[in-house]
Amino acid sequence: MSKSTTDPIATAARKPSMLQQNLVEFWYYFSASKTAVIGLAFLVGIIFMAIFADFIAPHDPAAQYRDCLEQAPAWGADKCNFLFGTDYVGRDMLSRIIYGTRLSLVAGGIVVLLCLSLGIVCGLVAGYFRGWVDTVIMRIMDTIMSVPGLLMALVLVAILGPGLLNAMIAISITYLPHFVRLTRSSYITESSKEYVIASKVAGAGKFRIMFITILPNCMAPLIVQGTLIFSSGILDTAALGFLGMGAQPPTPEWGTLIAENRDLMLSAPWTVTFPGLAILLAVLAINLMGDGLRDALDPKMKRS
Amino acid sequence: MFSFVLNRIALLVPIFFGVTIVSFGFIRLLPGDPVVALAGERDMTPARHAEMMAKLGLDKPAWQQYFDYVWNLLHGDFGTSVLTNRPVLDEFLELFPATVELSVTAMLLAIVIGVPIGIFAAVKRGTIFDQGLMGLSLVGYSMPIFWWGLLLIILFGGIWGLTPVSGRISFLFDVETITGFLLIDSLLSTDDGAFASAVHHMILPTIVLGTIPLAIIARQTRSAMLEVLSEDYVRTARAKGLSPLRVYGLHALRNAMITVITVIGLQVGTLMAGAILTESIFSWPGIGKWIIFSVFSRDYYAVQGGLVLIAMIIMSVNLIVDLMYGLINPRIMHTSS
Repeated sequence: MSKSTTDPIATAARKPSMLQQNLVEFWYYFSASKTAVIGLAFLVGIIFMAIFADFIAPHDPAAQYRDCLEQAPAWGADKCNFLFGTDYVGRDMLSRIIYGTRLSLVAGGIVVLLCLSLGIVCGLVAGYFRGWVDTVIMRIMDTIMSVPGLLMALVLVAILGPGLLNAMIAISITYLPHFVRLTRSSYITESSKEYVIASKVAGAGKFRIMFITILPNCMAPLIVQGTLIFSSGILDTAALGFLGMGAQPPTPEWGTLIAENRDLMLSAPWTVTFPGLAILLAVLAINLMGDGLRDALDPKMKRS
Repeated sequence: MFSFVLNRIALLVPIFFGVTIVSFGFIRLLPGDPVVALAGERDMTPARHAEMMAKLGLDKPAWQQYFDYVWNLLHGDFGTSVLTNRPVLDEFLELFPATVELSVTAMLLAIVIGVPIGIFAAVKRGTIFDQGLMGLSLVGYSMPIFWWGLLLIILFGGIWGLTPVSGRISFLFDVETITGFLLIDSLLSTDDGAFASAVHHMILPTIVLGTIPLAIIARQTRSAMLEVLSEDYVRTARAKGLSPLRVYGLHALRNAMITVITVIGLQVGTLMAGAILTESIFSWPGIGKWIIFSVFSRDYYAVQGGLVLIAMIIMSVNLIVDLMYGLINPRIMHTSS
């Protein structure tokens, strides 16, 4: 018994250096994958673009240049200089896409935050209490998973009403089961380990055990899952926007931009091509980074 | 075996009730007056309102409404579409073959291309082929398929004029519905060229719907193969001097297939979600387009019925995959029962 009680104390004393060591080790594994670093760099670039959209965007995303309707991409011309062209009312596509970055990143981020916070609480509660509480929570999650995500999100948006915020809430609910299951299973694995028994013996309360003792040791798979859901959240927000159930025009959300210009896709293909390319690149960058994170953080998972 | 099957079916019961609670709650949680939302009538007299409440069963206590609802479901009554006044089940069954046809061809495309890609990448691990193919599959996995569909329409339909961009068959052909699967029906019909037209119409939607499953299958086949390739029996097979085709195609692939089959089974949900987008882009007259249309036209009974039916189909497919998995890998069967 003495061994298991001294261990956490020793670990606590070494904490700062441990954290540093972990970070160095993490970066060592993460940077081993060049593609993951490229993904990260690209993502940082996108975030930068979203924050400084006001300075980077060449035009106001809502300004309508009536002399330049459906203008093809052009640069260096005397008149109607739009790098990505303009849409049917003469709005600059590039600026709309740059401002759309904000909405998509925020949407993806909020989906991840909602999923993580709700998922962790539900998963910990299910894992700690077990019994009927566990059964009820897990059966609810099974139910959510038995309906395709996009259909579930559509139904939820029908109840909540179309809009970006409601789309984010709906999408978060459809991805919640992944987080609850992950948290619960890692909680159950961890809870039988010695350091948990030690902290119970030392008189820790249930919330301390759940959130302070065990949770930090369950975080690695959750972070990896969070990255994957970040990209799925962006994709699904865009899909709902495309179907007319997410952000509403004239909001320059990427999916909504594609839906808005769908009628022009043959006469002005750039109005559809560029927003979709933006979605693809953002999602790809996050997925590349996610792959690297998985390899670096979670050696249990297969390297693929 | 028997207890394993029973066990798996018993697991579905709570999920079935969960889905019914969700679909029942869906109608009750809709904003506004339920009678107005469901019947679509405005400015009703109080008498007419009360009559509709009674007709829709909304005047009863909630628990009884739910009980009636489940009772009706179990008797095959999935509600009546407000828009067409036809049973939701009839509409669903009429459109379902179109979705199945598209999903099956998409899945076939994904398997026929994805599995060889996965094997090839695993065998050539670490080479430029492996990296290139896996990079491409990650692009496929990250693809917003609604955009991918539009892009293909712009290129193949618009610029090159190679393929039709909407519908299941040219309006010139009038194929009699026998199975509901147009590829089969058009083969059976006497119309020359009907089959070719049906195939022609399927190309783009199949590619679009198959892209994400293809990417997932390629990646999973690769990692399953990598695991198997390091096993002793593969090394032995190689040491015996068997041809690479025999080693990889027979010894390794057979064992890697267990993982691959599970992955394929799990794609049914992805296919249904993809069908919603693909069908609405290509005006494909299937379940996905119907559900979207029902949501937009506020035909809530149709949405409710569709939700339950789709969930039931996915549950059944997952059950079949589970049972098949048990058959392929008997260890699973013994541990869980």
